[in-house]
Amino acid sequence: MPKDNGIGASSKRREDVRFLTGAGRYTDDLNIHGQAYVCFLRSDTAHAKLASVETDQASAMPGVLRVFTGADFEGVGGLPCGWQITDRNGEPMKEPAHPILAQGKVRHVGDPIAAVVAETAAQARDAAEAILVDYDEMPAVVDMKSALESGPLVHEDAGTNLCFDWGFVEDNREAVDKALAAAHHVTTLKLTNNRLVANPMEPRVAIGDYDAATDVSTLYTTSQNPHVIRLLMGAFVLSIPEHKLRVVSPDVGGGFGSKIYHYAEEAFCTFASRQLLRPVKWTASRSEAFISDAHGRDHVTKIELGLDAEGNFLAIRTETLANMGAYLSTFAPAVPTYLHGTLMAGNYKTPQIYVNVKAVFTNTVPVDAYRGAGRPEATFQLERVIDKAAREIGMDPIELRRKNFIEKDQFPYTTPVALQYDTGDYAATMDKLEEIADIAGFDARAAESKRNGKLRGLGVNCYIEACGIAPSNLVGQLGARAGLYESATVRVNATGSVTVMTGSHSHGQGHETTFPQVVSDMLGIAEDQINIVHGDTANTPMGMGTYGSRSIAVGGAALVRATEKIISKAKKIAAHLMESSADDIEFADGQFTVAGTDKSVAWGDVCLTAYVPHNYPLDELEPGLEETAFYDPANFTFPAGAYACEVEVDAETGKVDIVAFAAADDFGNVINPMIVDGQVHGGIAQGAGQALLEHAVYDETGQIISGSYMEYAMPRADDIPDLIVDHSCQTPCTHNPLGVKGCGEAGAIGSPPTIVNAVVDALRRGGYEVDHIDMPLTPYRVWEAISR
Amino acid sequence: MYDFEFARPTTVSEAASALAAEGAQALGGGQTLIPSLKNRLASPSLLVILAGIDEMRGVDIDAGDSVVVGGATTHAEVASAAADSFPALAWLAGNIGDPAVRNRGTVGGSLANNDPSACYPAAALATGATIATNNRKISADDYFKGMFESALYEGELITKVRFPIPDAANYQKFEQPASRFALVGVFVARFGQEARVAVTGASENGAFRWAEAEAALSADFSSGAISDLSISADEMIRDLHGSSTYRAHLTKVLTARAVDAAS
Repeated sequence: MPKDNGIGASSKRREDVRFLTGAGRYTDDLNIHGQAYVCFLRSDTAHAKLASVETDQASAMPGVLRVFTGADFEGVGGLPCGWQITDRNGEPMKEPAHPILAQGKVRHVGDPIAAVVAETAAQARDAAEAILVDYDEMPAVVDMKSALESGPLVHEDAGTNLCFDWGFVEDNREAVDKALAAAHHVTTLKLTNNRLVANPMEPRVAIGDYDAATDVSTLYTTSQNPHVIRLLMGAFVLSIPEHKLRVVSPDVGGGFGSKIYHYAEEAFCTFASRQLLRPVKWTASRSEAFISDAHGRDHVTKIELGLDAEGNFLAIRTETLANMGAYLSTFAPAVPTYLHGTLMAGNYKTPQIYVNVKAVFTNTVPVDAYRGAGRPEATFQLERVIDKAAREIGMDPIELRRKNFIEKDQFPYTTPVALQYDTGDYAATMDKLEEIADIAGFDARAAESKRNGKLRGLGVNCYIEACGIAPSNLVGQLGARAGLYESATVRVNATGSVTVMTGSHSHGQGHETTFPQVVSDMLGIAEDQINIVHGDTANTPMGMGTYGSRSIAVGGAALVRATEKIISKAKKIAAHLMESSADDIEFADGQFTVAGTDKSVAWGDVCLTAYVPHNYPLDELEPGLEETAFYDPANFTFPAGAYACEVEVDAETGKVDIVAFAAADDFGNVINPMIVDGQVHGGIAQGAGQALLEHAVYDETGQIISGSYMEYAMPRADDIPDLIVDHSCQTPCTHNPLGVKGCGEAGAIGSPPTIVNAVVDALRRGGYEVDHIDMPLTPYRVWEAISR
Repeated sequence: MYDFEFARPTTVSEAASALAAEGAQALGGGQTLIPSLKNRLASPSLLVILAGIDEMRGVDIDAGDSVVVGGATTHAEVASAAADSFPALAWLAGNIGDPAVRNRGTVGGSLANNDPSACYPAAALATGATIATNNRKISADDYFKGMFESALYEGELITKVRFPIPDAANYQKFEQPASRFALVGVFVARFGQEARVAVTGASENGAFRWAEAEAALSADFSSGAISDLSISADEMIRDLHGSSTYRAHLTKVLTARAVDAAS
């Protein structure tokens, strides 16, 4: 029997009632009395010195309150980077300044030059058009190889376009070189992980609101982590202490990573509101989002896999160029390094691994984490090279993977790239996949497709990810300038209902449904007696927000710890009421009982007693029932799985249709199976978007040529087939209290190589000698590959 | 968008006089114009809204041999009204954009704009349609003048389009993945022995007729008849979504498929 309440129940998403009826309250829905509007004048040139920015005419236009330029921000901090990488030689990465508004130079199309604040949005836009910018154009550099070899310098003061040259693990390098030189067979693959734009349904919005009476600034912003924004903007940009700065992120319509970072527009609106003593609002257009939201991926990689004569993996060596764009976004340096190099072992017991990453500045929008962040890039290259190796040595790709799996009894398993996987059973997920995908029936389906004039291909691969980000002491050693704990306050109200204040932030994940399931299970009260508050630094404990599949693994763990404290105190109150010892109190199904007796007291009576303490041990116990916990994880969590995809390729046109997709995931314990299904569905759709459709493309002058939905292809419902998802293989995480691993990114990590593997398989079955096609596998690219 | 005035005429003659004003611009379904206005890429001083002109709306099946569509008729209306009499045209109309686009966008708007990747120009050329304006009747072969260019004068309105119903017809649309406009679209129509083949999406000069294929198919209306033909990639569009060679290749593939489907 499936449960209908608590952990393991597919409780309906309570937040969807407001989302689906148009009653959500997003940042752009907020209008503050007296607010003015901002229009940013953005560079239409990828690389130029600003000879002059003439604002007189704009300043005199109707409704204009003030025109700001870079000069107004002299002495104000630039946007900080939250992670410092140390390179192979022990040197810190190059960390050039990132001004709020351009200081004498623009470095990408979309770089903000000036900002007009006016009474209406239209007046601000009119005035922005009247600003005269004299660009002293410079050659732009978009291609990473050119940027390193001979390109113009994006930052002259850095003296190079190389942000860092990172080796991991540097001490493994010689051993890997030797192992590859001695290997029976080495498979080499060069590939590109295509640049993407996150495109959440809700574009970014910021409203700065300064209250001169209290000297408090409030920033309403579309963020995944309001506390992080408060810390970064307050401490590093505008010098506003936390008690004078409140950051609110109400309903947020999707983030996918792109709303983690601290952006110039947030600092601008907060700053301008203090200058003008008016609320100041900015709402991005979709066109603006394409040239100002952090982009994702954009790696160029060469990977080599060495095998012995039996097909055992001996060593992996990779060389990657990672595009940073024109500036370092908040967590950009962490993505190609500690979120990527550490995952290169995958699900396999490869003994020797060395990863080299060169991060490069170019005249493009900054690149940062995007659903999966580094882990998809690692998985893609690893699972693609394994497929190629299987073909080269004539072994079935599933058999080759199985042969090299870390085995069930080897956990905890320490990889050569510094992670310790706590638990897993990769053979079990592969068994499950073969069953749900009906791998055995593939040949018959391929024959049927052939009769219909289509080439059918099967792609299978595995993935592992490091989630539940992250142990603070570890990431601190690796260069993080923040802790990565999470927090929860559990406030039991006088009549027994519960309000939870969490530092996690929901922007689609369903926390308002799943977090109460956890508390309901622990307290034995109905889910609808529990409410979740999130997204406001004024009423939630300091937390690090939601990304990296961390909410249930880290935020949920904090919630458990706080609820345990509640139970512990409630037992003391119950013991007092029943004239017993707290050690003898048992708590189940909302009833406190004295062990071995029929004496009991209900949850509601204990709560009321805590707030109406007439009969209460006031000399030893505070009244009230409210507890806060901070949880810092002991390790990452390691969700893993196996995916299968079947495609049909029309060889005449190159068009690829995904006709079947199956996912067998191990997420450890699952709180809400329906929500987990939805997360996997969304992740696979996003991965299919990367594999077949999406591509942020720049021309050589630095203009983005897929800067709208006319050219940038998002996945639509009819691009995605029915998805078979299964998460019945569960090896619970061993180090967090819920035994959960996180599921938000899995689909986006696991699916791109599955789809590409399937297309390459289809083409080879059709007799085309194709080893690889770079994503997105558009009809044109597939046709080109088979027409060569 | 910039400020503008608007007029909402109820007759063609009112619309024509309103359009005589300096800076006036006709607004059909607005599926191209409204986004252009929002992006401040167009700045008309007066928008003349055609949706309220009854005489420009509706679909008639005339004597069973033509579908006559009012210029302000939406794609959705055509898809529904022509489903029995001219299924290929109905299919074309029913696969433009998405439901929101099809319930706003109009035949006249599409032909007047003459986007090189629009679907209707292929149907008009392949059927030898007649485009009626407030002044005259223009045959499709004289109407299309290149990318976004047509035979229309400034202020001239498409009031009706007459599509002769072929004995056999099919439209093959290969979608550009992002916009889902035609990366290449081929409309094949056969009237008696005469085959007409019109191609959209492919050429830098807009929709065109593929004369060699028409000749071959008029002699033998089967996909085999064009298997030895090839079409030059010169002056074909090349962009992110396909080279000129790819478009030339697709033109032939889609023509053969349309012939097979129409046979």
